[in-house]
Amino acid sequence: MNIIIVLVPLIGTIFGVMYYYNSKEFIELLLAQPIKRSSIFLGQYLGVAGSLTLSLVLGLGIPFLLYGLFKSDAIFDFALLLVTGAFLTMIFTALSFNIALSNENKIKGFGYAVLLWLFLAVIYDGLFLMSLIIFKEYPLDTFSLAATMFNPIDLSRTLILLKLDISALLGYTGAIFKQFFGTNQGLIISMLMLLLWTVLPIWRLVFISKKKDF
Amino acid sequence: MKHFLFFLSLVNVIFGFSQQDKTITICPDCNVKTVREGIKMASDFDTLLIKKGTYKEFNILIDKPLTLLGEDFPVIDGEDKGEIIRIASDNVTVDGLFIINVGTSYTSDYAAIRVVKSENYLIQNVVLEKLFFGIYLEKSNNGKVYHNKIIGDAQDEYNSGNGIQLWYSHNVEVDRNIIQGVRDGIYLEFSDHVTINNNTSANNLRYGLHFMFSNDDVYTNNVFENNGAGVAVMFSKRIKMIGNTFHKNWGTAAFGMLLKEINDAEISGNTFEENTIGINIEGSNRIEYKNNDFIKNGWAVKVLGACYTNTFTKNNFLYNSFDISYNGKLNDNVFNQNYWSDYTGYDLDKNGVGDVPYRPVKLFSYIVNQTPETIVLLRSLFMDIIDFSEKVSPVFTPDNLLDANPLMKKSL
Amino acid sequence: MIQIENLHKKFGKNEVLKGVDLNIDEGGIFAVLGPNGSGKTTLIKSTLGMVIPNKGSIAVSGMSIKKNWRYRKDINYLPQIANFPGNLKVRELIRMIKDLRQMHSEEEKLIQLFQLEPFLGKKLSTLSGGTKQKVNLVLAFMFDCPLLVLDEPTTGLDPASLISLKELIQKEKENGKTILITSHIMQFVAEVAEEIIYLLEGRIYFKGSIEELKTKTNQADLEHAIAAIATIPTYV
Repeated sequence: MNIIIVLVPLIGTIFGVMYYYNSKEFIELLLAQPIKRSSIFLGQYLGVAGSLTLSLVLGLGIPFLLYGLFKSDAIFDFALLLVTGAFLTMIFTALSFNIALSNENKIKGFGYAVLLWLFLAVIYDGLFLMSLIIFKEYPLDTFSLAATMFNPIDLSRTLILLKLDISALLGYTGAIFKQFFGTNQGLIISMLMLLLWTVLPIWRLVFISKKKDF
Repeated sequence: MKHFLFFLSLVNVIFGFSQQDKTITICPDCNVKTVREGIKMASDFDTLLIKKGTYKEFNILIDKPLTLLGEDFPVIDGEDKGEIIRIASDNVTVDGLFIINVGTSYTSDYAAIRVVKSENYLIQNVVLEKLFFGIYLEKSNNGKVYHNKIIGDAQDEYNSGNGIQLWYSHNVEVDRNIIQGVRDGIYLEFSDHVTINNNTSANNLRYGLHFMFSNDDVYTNNVFENNGAGVAVMFSKRIKMIGNTFHKNWGTAAFGMLLKEINDAEISGNTFEENTIGINIEGSNRIEYKNNDFIKNGWAVKVLGACYTNTFTKNNFLYNSFDISYNGKLNDNVFNQNYWSDYTGYDLDKNGVGDVPYRPVKLFSYIVNQTPETIVLLRSLFMDIIDFSEKVSPVFTPDNLLDANPLMKKSL
Repeated sequence: MIQIENLHKKFGKNEVLKGVDLNIDEGGIFAVLGPNGSGKTTLIKSTLGMVIPNKGSIAVSGMSIKKNWRYRKDINYLPQIANFPGNLKVRELIRMIKDLRQMHSEEEKLIQLFQLEPFLGKKLSTLSGGTKQKVNLVLAFMFDCPLLVLDEPTTGLDPASLISLKELIQKEKENGKTILITSHIMQFVAEVAEEIIYLLEGRIYFKGSIEELKTKTNQADLEHAIAAIATIPTYV
């Protein structure tokens, strides 16, 4: 599970940045052609994100398929795992494209992208933890829920955790989480949140690309 | 006992009916149509043979030494009116009855079978359904509850009773019973020297087995599965818990075993599998944990409050989210020669013991103890990282809390 | 053909174009000249829509280029540095561009002309600078478009190819096309261009024929005329 939650975003980020910088010439070549700018960039993005998602789904799906997973009732949990994995790929590829577009300097762009991943995968949780400890006198349920919602990695982790029935471990807070994420409404909200996380960077990607000089 | 009585009645048949120890047959079409009538007619040490059929009776009082023997499980239907059988005499045997519909009350603890201040009783092969309390032993010593099946349909704790309850009853043997769907499977209060073996207690609302103020008891080879919590041992001394299985006691506040104010107990050869908390220990001292398996629990052992001089040896800790959780910095407990699946050390001298000590308390479990909300960060990369750093240089967890001789292979 | 009005462009603090007004008529060869960093490439890229101006408007064939991409159908562009995706083969690249434009193309003739046949199956990353430039030329000349924009077309070319290029440009001119060229090689410009557009410090400093330039600066050849141009007053 940690592989999906941590590695997938990292792969998405690094691949996204690398791909963008590598295909810069290609983009310049295409820009002189009668093609819409947004189609060029969306095409590039979908190309990377799509192939990464596909490799994730196939790479995880085939071994599990051979394992005879379809017969078991874990199929829905597994589907959720794949869906969140796909979302994470899309989100982090889009974010890394944004970074690459805003930074001409490859090293800088690469650094920012890794930093972004590091922030969302590790530092965010650290800050989250600190704030939980500092404000432990106060009711923190809503805060934890919100803080989880705002980080796609945490959100995916929580979704999978609750599906895997580890929720009982989480005690009282877990019960509240279960109450929220366990229902269909919660699931829909979290999916919408992931979708938002995907759409916003893509929208920004199109927006910047329209203004950028080459 | 059964055979002996049967033998006695045979003797009666052969040597004439005039003496005591005769058999009275009860059936819907016989002269004697009700159990109560039978008891009234019987004299001491008689056998009441109850044939197949349904007997709508309650408040049956057995006030002389009798044997109630059911044939093909006759049904005694209490019609939810109250207590069904009350034993108030020594040397009573109840065998092979099917008792249903015990009355529910908020003021009296109606039971299917209640034994009051009697000795040498035997309750066996009885099936109880739709009950409030099952078998209630009240100040009754030296008895045996054997091979009964108690199947309740309890929904809420406040209006349900216990499967087998012992109150001030010493030297009782509870063996091979199956108890399901009641509040507490087996409940002991002020009952010493009780042996509880080979029972299965599952799907109960509260505890599979519950001790209160009961000393010198032994329970072995029982299975506790999917209860609100497996076994609660509270305020008791010198309890032996051997070879039991605690399985799937899973839920927000669930645990395999709860020890509260327990001293000088022995816990060995048990299996704790897939419980939220394997053993929850509070204020318990001088307990020996040996050869237990802790498998896939949330917390294998959670230590709260002051617990001193406990020893953990040759246990297997396999794939638990947290092996040991501690809420203080003080440690007076010994961990030695356990197997830890999370152990990453090496054994260069090949003596089967790891060369590097293992620290079973993760920093994360310490943090969770301080601030329970932080559990939402379970399995995040950040937590793995700080756990690792704490493992390398302990700052927050007791630095003498370690297993100096972690085993490289599972102990058998 | 191209109307540029009051074009401004800043890159950060660096103001590259400071109000360029330019009108290029249909037909003929125009050379955009100027010292390094005077904004030649920026001007051309603005026309192509690759650089988004801060202010001002550009129209190509009477269409404003703002938020428009279809006008690029009428333009063939030869970029200054031939940067191609290295993992593509020459043949694949040509096929891809053809696929994109969906127009009639004459790449065979050009491939023959520049003797590129042996390189068709090779990856672009393995080609030398000159060969890349030839591929670049093929891509720029293979479609029949009314406007040709050539940014430093002579870079890295051998003499034979240079002659072929000049012939190509002449031919296209005879077909009535508008050709925009930037170059540092004055000899090439003098041979090819009819009209000079001189950019200095982000403004049009001079626009007119080579002859006009020579008389204005009292110089006999183009190279000296260009060198001297900065000393005379503005003509536009």
